Parts: sequence; C-alpha cells; structure tokens
Amino acid sequence: MSLDYRTLFEALRPEGALIIGALAVLGFDLSILRRLSESLRYRASLAVGAAAVVVAGCLACCGPYGPVFGGVLILDRLAVATRIGVLSLTLIALGTVASGQKLRHSAEYVAIMLFAASGLTLMAATQQLLVAFLALELASLSLYILAGFDKARPEAAEAGLKYFLFGGMAAAFLLFGFSLIYGLTGSVDLPEIAARLAAHAPGPLLMVALIMVLVAFGFKAAAAPFHLWAPDVYEGAATGSASFIASASKLAGITFFTRILWTGFYPVSGDASSLPLAPGWVPALAAVAGFSMLVGNFGALAQTNIRRLLAYSAISHSGALLLGVIAVGDFGVGPLFYYAFTYGIAVAGAFTVISVVEKSGPCQKITDLGGLFQRAPFLTGCLAIFTLSLAGIPPLAGFFGKFSVFASVLRLGGLGGPVGWLVVLAIALSAVALYYYLIVLKQALVTPAAQGATRIVVAPVAATTLALAAVLIVLLGLRPSLILSLF
Amino acid sequence: MSFPVLSLLIFMPWVGAFVLLVSPGLGPRAARLLALTFSLSTLLLAGVALCGFDPSAAGYQFPESHDWITSLSVRFRLGLDGLSLILVLLTGVVAPLSLLASWSQANNPRLLCILFLLLQGAALGVFLALDFVPWFLFWELSLVPAYFLIRLWGGAGATRSAYQFVIYTIGGSAFMLLGFAGISLAVGTFDFGELTALAANGTLAVKLTALGGIWPTAIFLGVLLGLAVKVPLFPFHTWLPAAYAEAPTGVSMFLTGVMSKMGVYGFLRILWPLFPSALHTFAPALLWLAVGGVIFGAFAAMRQTDLKRMVAYSSVNHLSYCLLALFAICAISRPGPDAAAAALTGAILQMFNHGISAAALFFCVGVLEVRSGGLRGIGDFGGVRTVAPLFAGLCGISMFSSLGLPGLNGFVGEFLVFRGVFGLVPWAAAISTLGLFATAFFLLTFWQRVFHGPRIGAGKGPFADLSAIEVATLLPLVGLMFLFGLFPQLLTVLINPLVNTWVSHLAMP
Amino acid sequence: MNALPCTIYVSFTGALLALAVGGRSPTLARIVALASALTAWGIALFSAIHFVPDAAGPVTLVDAPWIPQMGIRYHLAADGISLTLVVLTGLAATAGILFSWNITERTGEFFAFFLALIGGVYGVFLSADAFLFFVFYEIAIVPKYFLIAIWGSTNREYGAMKLVLYSFAGSALVLAGLLWAYAAGGAHSFGVAELARVAVGFSHGQQVGMFALVFLGFAVLAGMFPFHTWAPTGHVAAPTAASMLLAGVVMKLGAYGCLRVAMPLFPLGFVFWQPMIAWLAVIGIIYAGLVALVQEDFKFVIGYSSVSHMGFVLLGLAAANARAVSGAVLQMFSHGVIAGLLFAVVGRMVYERTHTRKLAELRGMALYQRLPFAATVFVLAGLASMGMPGFSGFPAELTILIGTWQAAPWAAALAAVGVLIAAAFTLRVIQVSFFGQAAAGSAPLPPLPPITLPEKCGAALLLGATILVGLKPDLLLELIRPALQAPFFQAVLKGGAL
Repeated sequence: MSLDYRTLFEALRPEGALIIGALAVLGFDLSILRRLSESLRYRASLAVGAAAVVVAGCLACCGPYGPVFGGVLILDRLAVATRIGVLSLTLIALGTVASGQKLRHSAEYVAIMLFAASGLTLMAATQQLLVAFLALELASLSLYILAGFDKARPEAAEAGLKYFLFGGMAAAFLLFGFSLIYGLTGSVDLPEIAARLAAHAPGPLLMVALIMVLVAFGFKAAAAPFHLWAPDVYEGAATGSASFIASASKLAGITFFTRILWTGFYPVSGDASSLPLAPGWVPALAAVAGFSMLVGNFGALAQTNIRRLLAYSAISHSGALLLGVIAVGDFGVGPLFYYAFTYGIAVAGAFTVISVVEKSGPCQKITDLGGLFQRAPFLTGCLAIFTLSLAGIPPLAGFFGKFSVFASVLRLGGLGGPVGWLVVLAIALSAVALYYYLIVLKQALVTPAAQGATRIVVAPVAATTLALAAVLIVLLGLRPSLILSLF
Repeated sequence: MSFPVLSLLIFMPWVGAFVLLVSPGLGPRAARLLALTFSLSTLLLAGVALCGFDPSAAGYQFPESHDWITSLSVRFRLGLDGLSLILVLLTGVVAPLSLLASWSQANNPRLLCILFLLLQGAALGVFLALDFVPWFLFWELSLVPAYFLIRLWGGAGATRSAYQFVIYTIGGSAFMLLGFAGISLAVGTFDFGELTALAANGTLAVKLTALGGIWPTAIFLGVLLGLAVKVPLFPFHTWLPAAYAEAPTGVSMFLTGVMSKMGVYGFLRILWPLFPSALHTFAPALLWLAVGGVIFGAFAAMRQTDLKRMVAYSSVNHLSYCLLALFAICAISRPGPDAAAAALTGAILQMFNHGISAAALFFCVGVLEVRSGGLRGIGDFGGVRTVAPLFAGLCGISMFSSLGLPGLNGFVGEFLVFRGVFGLVPWAAAISTLGLFATAFFLLTFWQRVFHGPRIGAGKGPFADLSAIEVATLLPLVGLMFLFGLFPQLLTVLINPLVNTWVSHLAMP
Repeated sequence: MNALPCTIYVSFTGALLALAVGGRSPTLARIVALASALTAWGIALFSAIHFVPDAAGPVTLVDAPWIPQMGIRYHLAADGISLTLVVLTGLAATAGILFSWNITERTGEFFAFFLALIGGVYGVFLSADAFLFFVFYEIAIVPKYFLIAIWGSTNREYGAMKLVLYSFAGSALVLAGLLWAYAAGGAHSFGVAELARVAVGFSHGQQVGMFALVFLGFAVLAGMFPFHTWAPTGHVAAPTAASMLLAGVVMKLGAYGCLRVAMPLFPLGFVFWQPMIAWLAVIGIIYAGLVALVQEDFKFVIGYSSVSHMGFVLLGLAAANARAVSGAVLQMFSHGVIAGLLFAVVGRMVYERTHTRKLAELRGMALYQRLPFAATVFVLAGLASMGMPGFSGFPAELTILIGTWQAAPWAAALAAVGVLIAAAFTLRVIQVSFFGQAAAGSAPLPPLPPITLPEKCGAALLLGATILVGLKPDLLLELIRPALQAPFFQAVLKGGAL
C-alpha cells in the first residue's frame, strides 16, 4: 500500500476548492459584505459559491487517473464523470436558489450546499468502506440541514426532521452492514472484499450484511418501500434544497451504490435474468426496482401537489435506475450514468421553474401552474422540455436514458426472465407516467390563467440556468454519444 | 385512330353538365335549352354511328381502347354492337324527352339539368363500356345523379325511397364487385371480350373452380345479385315502386326508360356469356323468379290505386319478360335455334319498346298529377277525355302499346318472347300469359276510370289539354310506337347478326 | 431525391419560426406555416416524380452514425411506399393549414405544434433505422395532445388524453418488442435490415411474441378493432386540422409501422397471427360501419368511418400478397385524402358556421341551399368514401378485394358487406346533414358566413387528389408495386394462405 500524499492532494483538489469556496463565502459574508444590503449579500454569496463550483469542476477535469492513495479512492471514468456531473447539477441547484425567493442567511446556505457537494464528489470516487461512509455522511448531514434550512416554515422543519430521522436510520443500517462485511472479510477495501467473498461460500451472515446495505441504499435512493420521506421532503424543503437533493445527490448516490455493489460485492451478485433466481443482491435489487416503479407511478397519479408529484416521479425513476444498476456488470456504466445525469438535469430544471413561479405566488398545487403560458411563455417552454424529458419523450434526453438502460437490461436475458419482465413493466408504466406529466403540462399550457394572475418576470440568472438545463437536455438527447463515448 | 364517336357519345352530356356547372349565372330557360342541346347530342351521334354501322357484322364496331390502370390490367375499352346501338338509340330518344318533361320544374333547374346530363352520360357509358372497371364506373356513377334527382325533386317519401333505391343497388353491386375481384384474380383480366372468349372455351370455369369450395358459385351469385337488383328480378324489386313513384315525372321516365335496361343489358352482356354453365344450372329456379315477376308485377299493379305505382309495377312485369326469355333459353340444354332466336330478338325488342311505352305512361301520369295538383289516385279522376281529348288519345295509344296491341310496338316484342318461350319451356309461357291478361285488365281499368265516365275529382275542375311542350314530349314517343309497331324490322335488322351468332354458339355443345 | 430529408427539417424549422413570429403577427405565422408545408410538399412531389426505384430496397438518403455505442444510425431511406405516404403527408399538411386559417387563438403555437407533428410524421415515413423510426413516431405523439386539448371542441381534454395514452401505450408495446428483438438477437444495430437479419435466427415462439408486441403497438395507432376507441373520441375532440391529420396521416403511421417493421421482421410471427388479424380487420370494417350508421353526431360518423376504412388497410396487410398490400398502401393514401376532406367539411365548413354537429339539428337547416359549396364537396367526398369508382377509394378497395380473394375469400366476402355498410352510413349522413328539409312554416333561416378562399383551395386540393388518383391509380401503384418486390418484403409477402 503506497501512500502517495501528493497524488491524494491532486485527487482531492475539487473537494478542496469546494471547501475553500464554502469558507470564502462564509468569510466574505462575515467581513466585507456585512454592511451591504441583504440582496447584495445574497448575490455575492451565490456568485462566490458558483465560482467555487466552476473551479472545482475545472479541477475535476484534469486530476490524476486511476487508484489513488493505495486504492482508497479510485478516479476512473465513472468517478470523473460523476464528479463533473454532480458539480454541474450543483451549479443548476445554485441557479435554482438564485431564481427563487431570497432565503435568510444565504451565505450559510450556500456554504452548506458546497459542503454537501464536496461530500457527493467524494462519494463518487471512494473505494473503501470507511471513506465511503464518511463521504456519505458528510453529504447527508449537509443535506439534512439544507432540507430544514427555511426555519420560518414548519413544513421545512418537518422535512428536515423526517429526512434526518430516516437518513440517520439508513446510516445506522449501512454502518452495521459495513461492519459485518468487515467482520466477514477482514478488509474495508472494495477489491479486497470482492476477492475474499469470491473465495468463500456465502453464508447467512453475509446475507444479513447485504440486506442491511441494500436497505440503507433503498432509504438513500428513496426506493420503495423505503421512500416515505421523499414526498414530505420534496414538499417541505426549500426549492433549491429539493432541487439539489433530487438531482446531484441522486447521481452521486447511484454511482456510489454501483461502485460498492459491483466492485465490492460482485461475487455475491446472484442472477435475476432467468429462472430460477440465483440468490444475491441482484434479485433483491430487482424486486426493489419493480416495487419502486409501481409505487412511484401509481402514487404520482393521485397527487395534486406538484412537488409531491415530482417526488413520486423520483421514486419511479429510482426504480428504473436501480434496474440499470443490475446491467452495469455486463454492459458498462454508460447508460446508467447518462440516465442519472440527464434525469438530474431535468428534475433540477423543473424545480427551477417552480422556484421562479414561487416568486410571484405559491407554487405547491399543480393548479398553481395554471395559465403559465400566458404568464411566462419562456418558463412554459422550459417546463415542457423538462417534463417531457422526465416522461421519456424523444428527442429529449430522458427518452434515450430509459431506452439505453432498458436495452442493456434486456440484453441480460431477453424478455424471458424476471428482469425482462421488469423492463416490460417499466415500459408499460411509462405510459402511466405520461398521464401525470401531461396533467402538469395541461395546467401550464392549456388551462387559462386565473383572474388577476400577473406576468412572471424571469430574472437573467434564472433564464440562464433554465436555458442551460434545457439546452443540455435537448443536446444530450440529440447527441447521446457525447456522454456514452466517455465510457 | 378514327373519330372517337363512342367517347363523344358518353362524354358530350358530361361536357354539357360541366358547362352548366361553371356558368352559375345562366337563367333557367337558357340552362334548359343548353341541357337539351347537349342531351340531343346523343341522338345525333347515335345517328352518326348508325350511318357507319355495319348491320351484317356481329362484332363490336367503332372500338376504342386505351390503357388505364395497367397494374390491374384495366383498359378503357368501348365498342358498339346491335344490342348497344339499340339501347343508345333508346337513350337518345328518352333522355331529351325526359328533360323536356321536366321543363316546368322551377326548383333549381340548373342543378336538375346538370344531374340529368350526368345520368345520361353514365347510362351511355354502361351500354358502351367493354371492360368491367369502366363499366362498373358508369354503373355506379349513374346512381349518384339518380339519387339526387329523386331526393331533391321527388315527392314526400322521396328521402326514404331514394335511400332504399341506392342502398339496394349498391348492395347488389358490392357483391358483383366482389365477384369480379375473384374473376380478375383467377384469370387476370376485366375485359368482357376476353372473358367471353375464355368462358366460351371453358377456361374461365376451370380457373374459377381452382378457387375451390363454394367460391365459384358465390362469384356467379354475386354478379347475378348485382344485376338482379338493378333489373329488378322478383323478389329484389321492392325498391322499384317506391323509387319510381316518388321520383318526379321526367326522372321516372328516364329511370324506367333507360336505367331499368341497364340490368337486362348486364344479363345479356355479362352474366350469360361469362357463366353459361352456372346459368344453366340455376336457370330453372331463375325461371320461376322471372315467371313470378311477370305474374306478381301484373297482379300487384292491378291492386294499386296510385297510378304511378301501377305503372311502376307494370315495369316489373314487362322487364320480367326479357329475363323470362333469357332464362328459358338457358334452362334447356339444346334450345331450338328458331325459338331461341325469337326469344332473344323478342327480349331485346321488349327492352326498347318498354322504354318507349313506359316512359310515355309515366309522362301521362305526370300530366295528370300536374293538373290535379299532385293527385294520382285512380279514383281522383274521371271523364278526362271530354276535356282533354288530345291527351286522352295519346295516353290511350301508349297504354295499348304497353299492353301489346298488334300494330303498336309493344306487341312485337311480347309476341316474339312468347313465341320463343313456348318453344322452349311451354309451362312458363303458359303461366306467364296470366300476366298478359292482368296487364290488359289494369291498363283498361286505368283507361276507363280516368278518361271515361262522369267527370269527377280533379277532372271536374278546369283541366287543360296538353301544352305545346307536353305534346312535343309525348308525340315523338307515340310516333315511335307506331313506327316500330309497323316496321319492327327497322330494329331487328340491327340485332339479327348478333342474335344469330349467339344462337349458333348455343347450338354448339 | 436527396432533398427528401429536407421535408423533415423544413417542417421543424417552420414550427420554430411559426412559434417565433406567432406572438407578433398571426398572419405571419399562417404564412410561415403554409410556406413550410408547401415547400415540404413540393420537395415530396418532386422526389416522387423523379424517383428511380431500386430493386434491392429503399434508396438511402442519409446514413450517418448517430449513437455508435449502440449501433444506432441516422439512416433515412425512401421507396415507393414511403414516397406515397410522404406525398400524402404534404398534401394533408397543406390542406390542414388552409383549413386552419381562421385560428385566432394562440395562432403561432397552433402552427408550431402542427408542423412539429408533421415533421415527426415525415420522419417516420423516411426512417430506415428502427430506433430513428421510433423516435419520430414518439415525436409525433405529444403535439397531438396539445392540438386537441387547447384548440379542440367537445370533451377535448378527455379525448386528447385518451388519444395520447393509447398512442403512447401502443408505442410502449412497440418499444418492448423492438428491444426484445435487439437484445435477443445480439444485434449490433437498430437498422431494420439488420434486425430482420438477426430475426431469422429466432425461435418460432420468440417471433410470435415479438410480432404480437410490435404489431399490436402499431395497430393501436392504426385503429384496429378493438383498440380503436381512441380514434372516434379523439377525432371528435380535435380541431379540424388536427382531425384531418389524425385520420389522414397519423393512423397511417400505425399501418405503415405494421407493414414496414412488424411484418418483415417477424414473418413467422406474422403467419401465426395472420388469421387473427384478418378477423379483427373484418370485424372492424363491419362493426365500425354499423356504429357509424347509428351515430347522432356528425363527426362521430366520420370518426367511425375512418376506423372502418382502416380496417380495409389492415385486411390488405393481413392478406399479405403483393396485390393486397399495394392496395392497402393505396387505401392509406386514399383514406388520408378523403378523411381529411370529410373532416374539413364537418369541422370547418359546417360546425364553425352552425355551431352544432347534431344531425337532428342539422336536419332542419337546409344546408345544401345555404352552403352549396360545402354540400358539393361533402357529397363528392362521401362518394369517394363509399368507394365510388372514379375516386381513389375504388381502385384501392378493388385491389384489396382481389388480393384478399387470393388469401381468404371469406374475408373478401365480409369486406364486401363492409362496402355496402359504408355506402349506407355515408348516404344517410349526406341526406340527413345537408339535404334535410327545414320544418314547414319556420322562420327563414339567416344566411351563413360564406365559404372562404383558403377553405376552397384546401377542398380543391384534396378533391383534386382523390379524383386524380381515382382516375389514374397507376400514378401511385407504379410507385408502390416495385417497392414490394424488394427482397426485404418477399419473406412475408409470399401470400401465406390464411
């Protein structure tokens, strides 16, 4: 085990930039900006935060490659791509914050978001259980605060508390699972664990450990039946936080799971591509995926609140993403990353639209979007792009994401086996999903505006954020190779 | 490429319709005159054709042939033989007179004229086309103007009867189309000439048998159904009295004078040559239907109190004679040449004669209707002869022509038919004579109740005799009745070679 | 020939332009839309006239790698079948825009959605890669929702949602089937030809399953009984131009997919399902015809008549011989034109002047005197729809009948009954809607707004097309028939007996 601190430093430059940025935001706010007006402080914090994210992104592009610090970190294509992806989504989330109503204590908010982002980028690259857990908790703790940041609103407090309780429980499960693994294999390094697991027959204790880990993943990814926190958090949290939780955190989480499951637990993956099932985490993951898609899609049908609807849609997308995790072992991470990233852009974009609308009135119920085409045609166009991408309509990116994931899953065993059936289920449910997405778009595009509804002014920052997200969705939809060729 | 006289025959009326269509500013009188001119073009061109017609040849003359739908091997083929020529002449006579009979129609005369000309062209097309697809085109297109003529200018029940008329006919045509789809599949051609040749040497029957199962028979029945509805053959006649009775006078004249011949023409031109053996198999049953039509038509006419329905039922009766003759020939395996020739000649003459006399009778009923303000019950009139002697005279002649008085045209046809059928299937002829008596009975009742006796009903009021236009309409018809009653050879000379060829084919095994 | 892909680009560009200028000047949006539609149609016509068929199959227009990681190519190709339908699309689009000239509410957006739909349709007809095909197919789905939900009439939101969900569910089935074929065969690309190559190796059971998924998915859009219920509801709810496109072109997408993708890819599966398809087609022809016979809403009659006519297309496909299939393609064209015309008269000329579609109310309006032009057009369109010779419906139905005779005489016989029923309901609706009598003694009816010039132009275009093709069906049949000789179709067009 060669411990090369220089490479480690180089590898962690993005995290460093984020943390320095966060400190800078706090520092400026306490010193120079103190006497300035609230709105100027707000803008300045966001600008510094955004600058830090951009710098971190640049640094992430040109870091070292391969295992770092004796394999504690791994900077492979997936890690680099996920870091850049997370940082882009963070940028969009900052845009969401900037587009919306002003929060009190904006500097703290931005700083915490940067801390969270550093946790997420670290999650993307970790290859060791301890660092993994630390990175996850760094991100999670920041996210709990972000969820409950808007202290003035009781819903936000509820969201924060709920998220914290569920998340804490998940962390406990995860830690317990990790410790069992360590006990069984005597290692915290994922490749090492895989090698040890391959050498021994799986016992019941390993199964317990796997189940613990999967339950924790289920909580984190908001997959059914561990999804109960998601609707309340999406509903109650500040819009920027919700955007960040739904997009960047999900992308990092999926990469994190993929890495742990495929690098660490590869020998006990089992098989669900044909009957009879080989026991392992793949069948369990498949079951969770199928259940999530059912719960998410049918749950979304009943929603009247736009944020809860997005939460249930997130649950169903989690299901599809977990399905994609299954296929990674044979067909690479390209489709999965593409799906998770573009999903993140679309959902962050949708939250940004909500955030802009919120500036001139509440935006909780779907009907609050009524007549948006008269109030803000640009917002309507963007919302249509994001929603249709979530629904999986070509040529938007959401379509190709689902398509490539399903195609690779089907290659595992055709339509003959359980995962094949899940793909059929997923495809069938996408027709159900179109229904509720169209309900949203119907409000925005078809229903006329209520009496006295004013025109919504879209600020330049918001417009830039939205345009960036929309262009990315269309561009990546038209040219999926831009991402696929990275892997 | 010689002078395309047949195309001109068909399309001149349509040109007229087009001219009328694109000149909406035309006054009613000008429109009528223009329409009449174009309508008369048929007679003129038929005259031209008659001059160039070689009465001794049996084949098609003035042939025209153009590629049309090569992918279905459909050609636009026209040709004229004696049978067609007689029907073209009939159209040439009846069409302008029908138009003349509608002269006083004040409701949208331009549209009326357009539809009339369309109808005329379509009817001519049916008589001249020699390929199934163009033939069917004209056959179906004739329904459209006929429908609207009945619907828009007809009586109170016109909606229903026009609908019934078209649906019945299309119902038959759909199956005929289906049948021809099968034929085309089997032999790959729609050409009547080729099909006839294939049928004559038995190839058609063999190829149809290859379709297997009940389908060869189904094809025959499909074509039969299409034609039988049109004629109409009993019991497919139920549309006819309603349609004829509800149609305005001029249209009734054309329907009975020309359109009812399309069905019989189809039997002679298509069904008989293409399906000789199938027709032979089914002929006994069909013969019963024809006899049924003769008897039923006559007795139903006897029971009518509405004069127009009476004349309509008499049409069912008269047209059944034509089919009676044809089925009698088909029913026996080696018909005697004399009897067969007589029956065929009679059938063709009967077509022409019925066209003339039934048109005249419908016109007469129309005159009564106009004078009485829409009444046409047999009990609504009486003693009309005293106030309108000219009308009574001409109407009487038409009636006697219709019931077959020697010296008038109706006699010749019926006589030949009966002479032929007696020689072939005596019992059928014997039963059918009952129809003759019934016809005489109801026509004479018509004559007596309306024209004689005390002036009652509508006859009591002011009842003007025929106007100049009405005379111009009726007189040519009456003239023709005498002409062909006295000189039937004027017509028979045109069809003799054709009939002889047919008969000589029959004589072959 | 190589300009054909521009039909797609022109339409999408037109959509964006119309959206951009629509806010400022509705007239400008209309002109932009008309210009794009005309340009695209002009390109289509030009290409069709100068088309040189290739015995080996469709002529490639563009073939560039698109997503090399999955072997997906941007591959556009055309043969006589696609050209026929591309020309139809251009015609329907142009006429649809002419009939939407009076749209004043959100004009720019209307034409943007309209042209986006058109662009998608062009794309479907020209795609030679199954993935690309599917992408365009789905692009064509979403604009329909908005066209109906925003500008539609009766029950529009329900109709729009039902239509879109049916279409989307259908496309989901297609996707499942295609993905299955792609995955099971280990294919390296989504090219239709490549998929057909690997499909040869599939077991009978696999082919049967894949065909069922793909065909059913497309057949939903083609309005196959019993999955047709979206069609009448959707057509009735839609604004005129959208009804014209839906019945005229979009239903053809489904039939085209059946012919171009489902049948050649899985010939064994097709043979297995063939009798079932033929039965459903025939039941659809007769059932929809009978339902049309008793409708009291003018537009529902036309909506059901579309289902009935599409039954002929499916029957032609089920018969699976070159003749029947060429008839089916001709019928697609013919029905596209005729249905467009019928919907134009009902939705635009009549409904927007009388504000009712109830036959009982129209009966008393003596419309033939008040709207003689509309009456004439409707009568002619009705005749064409009845399969009257001289109009395009006749050669199409005749060809289908002949082809069906070859495969299944009983189906041909039942289809002939369908022809009769079509005549019955068409004639009924003609006489009730236009030629009803005003109740005696009622007040004289006020004059209706006259038929405008764009309406006349649109009607003339469509009427001209149906009569031209009716008189010269060779124009299209000569395009269609060589395409069916391609080896690609031969596997399935052996005319397997039912």
